Amino acid sequence: MRTPPVLTRGVSPGASAGADSHCAAALASPAPGRRLRLTGALIGLPAALVVVVMASLVLGSNHVSLGQVLTALVDRSDDPGAIVWGSRVPRTVLGLVVGACLGVAGAVMQGQTRNPLADPGLFGVSAGASLAVVLGIYLADVTSVLAILWLAFVGAVVASLVVFGVAALGRGLASPVPLAIAGMAVSALLGAVTSFLVLTDEATLAGYRIWVVGSLSGRTLSGIGPALAIAAAGAVLAVLNARSLDTLALGAELATGLGENLVRARLVGLGAITLLTASAVAITGPIGFVGLTAPHVARSLVGGSHARLLPASALVGAIVLLGCDVVGRLIGGMGEVSVGVVLSVLGGGVFVTIVRRGRMAQL
Amino acid sequence: MNGLWQPRLLAVTTMTGALVAVLLVIGILAGSSGLSVGDVLHTLFIGGDAGQRFIVFELRLPRVAVGLLVGASLGVAGALTQSFSRNPLATPDILGVTSGAAAGAVAAIVIGGGTYAVGSGMLGVGLPAIAVIGGLVTAIVVYGLSWRSGVDSYRLILVGIGVTASLTGITQYLIVRAQLTQAAAAQQWLVGSLSGVSWISVWPVLVSLTVMLPLALTQTRALDLTQLGDDVSVGLGVAVQRHRLIVIVCAVVLTAVAVSASGPIEFVAFLAPQVARRLAATARPPLLASGLIGAAVVTGGDIVGRTLLPWSVPVGIVTAIVGAPYLIWLLTRRNSRERTTA
Repeated sequence: MRTPPVLTRGVSPGASAGADSHCAAALASPAPGRRLRLTGALIGLPAALVVVVMASLVLGSNHVSLGQVLTALVDRSDDPGAIVWGSRVPRTVLGLVVGACLGVAGAVMQGQTRNPLADPGLFGVSAGASLAVVLGIYLADVTSVLAILWLAFVGAVVASLVVFGVAALGRGLASPVPLAIAGMAVSALLGAVTSFLVLTDEATLAGYRIWVVGSLSGRTLSGIGPALAIAAAGAVLAVLNARSLDTLALGAELATGLGENLVRARLVGLGAITLLTASAVAITGPIGFVGLTAPHVARSLVGGSHARLLPASALVGAIVLLGCDVVGRLIGGMGEVSVGVVLSVLGGGVFVTIVRRGRMAQL
Repeated sequence: MNGLWQPRLLAVTTMTGALVAVLLVIGILAGSSGLSVGDVLHTLFIGGDAGQRFIVFELRLPRVAVGLLVGASLGVAGALTQSFSRNPLATPDILGVTSGAAAGAVAAIVIGGGTYAVGSGMLGVGLPAIAVIGGLVTAIVVYGLSWRSGVDSYRLILVGIGVTASLTGITQYLIVRAQLTQAAAAQQWLVGSLSGVSWISVWPVLVSLTVMLPLALTQTRALDLTQLGDDVSVGLGVAVQRHRLIVIVCAVVLTAVAVSASGPIEFVAFLAPQVARRLAATARPPLLASGLIGAAVVTGGDIVGRTLLPWSVPVGIVTAIVGAPYLIWLLTRRNSRERTTA
């Protein structure tokens, strides 16, 4: 959807202020029906989060009852305590962090591009981050979490610049098809280069496996500090970007007319997307579709104002990721299905549903 | 229109045909056995000693033959889907047919007990059949999901991308649930590689190509007319629904059988028809030339993959590294052109 140029040229300072207050009012006071949903979201989302966290602590290949889990949380010494603190708690914490990161990154990406299909995993940002990590492992035998974070960050920045650059060369970022296909092509290319690297060197393969599947299995909390710091920085940038995202929803031209500094808004948004994605990839490897799904669910609950949408996306993202991780533990039989695989199956369905609803241009 | 009597198209078809013949000989030559061109030609047409005959007929020729047939199938299938949807981005890869066939084949490998590595009758008939079923079901699902009082080619592509993601996940799930040896066989197969193929993989692809290519060629006139849009082609007497059904079935069977022989070799079905269309300067991708270029791309990619570097690289990776940048380039060009004309 393109904003007619007439609108921006016609806006005088007075009219701009009027339009500003008008849309601010429209964004701030939801319709009566929506208020009910908002209350539902305020109670429902935290409740769902608690349920998922409990499920993640209780369910898994080793049988531990809810009572044992609750005891073990207080008293680490006995046997269930080793399982709960050794694997379930780290896994749950990391799942929450990564899910929230990807949810917010997806919301910022969809707001920035006004593209309902935007998702850091789908559009090659995660693929770039993991290729950079694999390159680092391959060329320099990188193992420290901090170095991997830097690599993931650089890879995410480069890949997102390429994808957005390709898509923006023409019909604009809001047009879903070029962006989706540019993302697919860039992901395929990066994936092929990664496979190529791995084939040259069997030793890389062992270190690389972690970065290709997107899994919470076997991750620990040690050395996770830098990733959390980067994620926090990304979250701050996302919050700073919230107001700009609201105006950008009206289209870049109208946003400029309303006094938005477009360059700054884009840079802050890009910073938020890459920092959040890079920290998520550094923790779990690439995971798609959380960034796609979470903002859509959140938007249907709390509306389009980013001051509400961003925290809601974080909550929904955490719930979705942890929920899918629990599902993957249960359906795997002897082994377990990684969360990335579960999300890919379900997320494909979400993607098709969004396409079928066909409200592409209305975001 | 697109008949062979067009001089430029005729020239392109002949030259790519010659290129394919040259690649066939190079494909048999390439490798570490020290055969000369004379040896190869002599063994092929007159008969050499037992050692040469073994290398040429049992090791090299099946591999080159599968490469040629798979490439030709993918090229023709891509030309069909691109012409029918009037969109160069609509290829069997993007529309989900490839991943549907791959999911079916992996299910067969995993559930059927790792017959891939052994090369029993399962590989000859069962695997291609299941791949075709997987591809057909996927095509029906994608087409059905994108139907909203008509099928818009962009919605078709987006639904295809979503369905592909789901199918990829299902394939990975099947691999996780499999025994280790079967998982390894499936994983190796999924990269898209011609290593380890034997004559048993040649026959299904040969049969599908000899049946489907003539059937596709009967649709040439209808494909030319659909370039003008559905309404016009109905007005000009094309039975659009029947024509569309034939084209889709041809494309799906060609793709699925090819995938069952070599694994999914990405981007060939996109690359070959576009190159053919540009070389021949035709309104839509010409079928025969697309098939020949597809054959050249896969055989050439395989030769590059196994000789250029000290280690051997599967042809699927070579075609992705060549094809993805071309797709990106086409996307930027297409976008900027649409912007200037919009």
